Amino acid sequence: MALLSNAAVLLGKEVRTEFRSRELLSTTIVFVLVVVVVFSFTFDPTTHESRRFGPGLLWMAFLFAASLMLQPCFLREQVNDTLSALRLAVSDPFAIFLAKICANTLFLLLTELLMLPVFAALFNVSFGAQLPGILLTFCLGSLGISVVGTALAVISAQARMRELLLPLLLLPLLTPILVVSTEVTIRLMQPEPYMEWKGIGLMAGFDVVFLTVLWLFGEYLLEE
Amino acid sequence: MPVAPVRSIGLQFDQVDKRYGAVYALRNLTLNITAGECVAIAGRNGSGKTTLLRVAAQLVRATHGSLTLSGGAEHPKPAIGFVAHATMVYDELTAAENLVVFAKLQRVAEPKRRADELLREVGLEDRKDSLVRTFSRGMRQRVAIARALLAQPALLLFDEPGTGLDAESSAWLTEHLRKLRDTGCTILMSLHGDSDLARLATRAIRLEGGSVIADTQRGAMFQSIFAVTDC
Repeated sequence: MALLSNAAVLLGKEVRTEFRSRELLSTTIVFVLVVVVVFSFTFDPTTHESRRFGPGLLWMAFLFAASLMLQPCFLREQVNDTLSALRLAVSDPFAIFLAKICANTLFLLLTELLMLPVFAALFNVSFGAQLPGILLTFCLGSLGISVVGTALAVISAQARMRELLLPLLLLPLLTPILVVSTEVTIRLMQPEPYMEWKGIGLMAGFDVVFLTVLWLFGEYLLEE
Repeated sequence: MPVAPVRSIGLQFDQVDKRYGAVYALRNLTLNITAGECVAIAGRNGSGKTTLLRVAAQLVRATHGSLTLSGGAEHPKPAIGFVAHATMVYDELTAAENLVVFAKLQRVAEPKRRADELLREVGLEDRKDSLVRTFSRGMRQRVAIARALLAQPALLLFDEPGTGLDAESSAWLTEHLRKLRDTGCTILMSLHGDSDLARLATRAIRLEGGSVIADTQRGAMFQSIFAVTDC
């Protein structure tokens, strides 16, 4: 229970800090908006093409937005060495990761939800009854990106070429979940949409595996 | 503010090395700090004072050797208060918010009341709702000290705690540490030169090149530990 209560306190801190500074959200929302708008005007896709290529573009935009968002999540803890204070204060270091993962997932989901109507309008697609399925896909996909991204963010924060290292490590590791997320989203955007439960299962499996790895070995990542 | 008695923690460094690449920050350091001691650590820049404190806080793992905590450390996560060079507080939170967050993490009873109490003690009551980024260095240091004292720690580690403090705050810190020392709290503090804080110490050690070169209890040789120019 100490783990969850510590994580809840830290999540509250993350949310309060972000909504006060709006550094991450404003950056990622503007970035995704620019990407979606540029793609829509460059390709000027038909509805059929949008259904086929749109999800890929959307997830690519989310990936790059996430890499922007994930980069500072542990760098901010280094400014005043607050990470050391957290390590001394929490009973389980995984609480630090859990809070960061929840915060990153929340911010990423918020960005995605804000972009969804913009994407629907510009790419002339409608989600209608498939909205719950889309939300489930976004939740699992964003969680996967956040889990892997948070783990890599703490590694890259201690490295010299940190700005290059995170995307370099992030892209190959996230390829499986991005491919599956895109495939599931494509199915949900078809004229006769359906939920690809196998894909949902793979995404959930990806999330559980990386979350478990982080739970087991996260403490070592925090050490100086 | 009454200072509650604590279960003290003793520290045993046994042949501890800490290496960063080829550079030894600590070299073959063997040091026994009894529970309840107040130890001042002196030494030039780069002598290993900060590393010693970070190893004691278990923020840094020794490359070789071991650190054993004893006494009140039966609890798997003993309360350790640490004031480092960096303030270890969030600039984007207010002073009160910072203390409440850390108090909640350390499961301090009535976190808001405890935060208010400490902010009053360090003279920041009227600025408790201001963002820390608007504070001067000395005010940030006072918040850092308040954060370290939140959970009434059994082990206090201070890395040059007087940095940025004015005379009034220094006097308060000295008095507060005196009370903590008298209740049995183990205190390790790195200091530059002789000061009121140094006079609180019951023992002084001097580091050079990551090793202890002088270790004395309070007495005739005590002041000589700080007599060498450290800067």
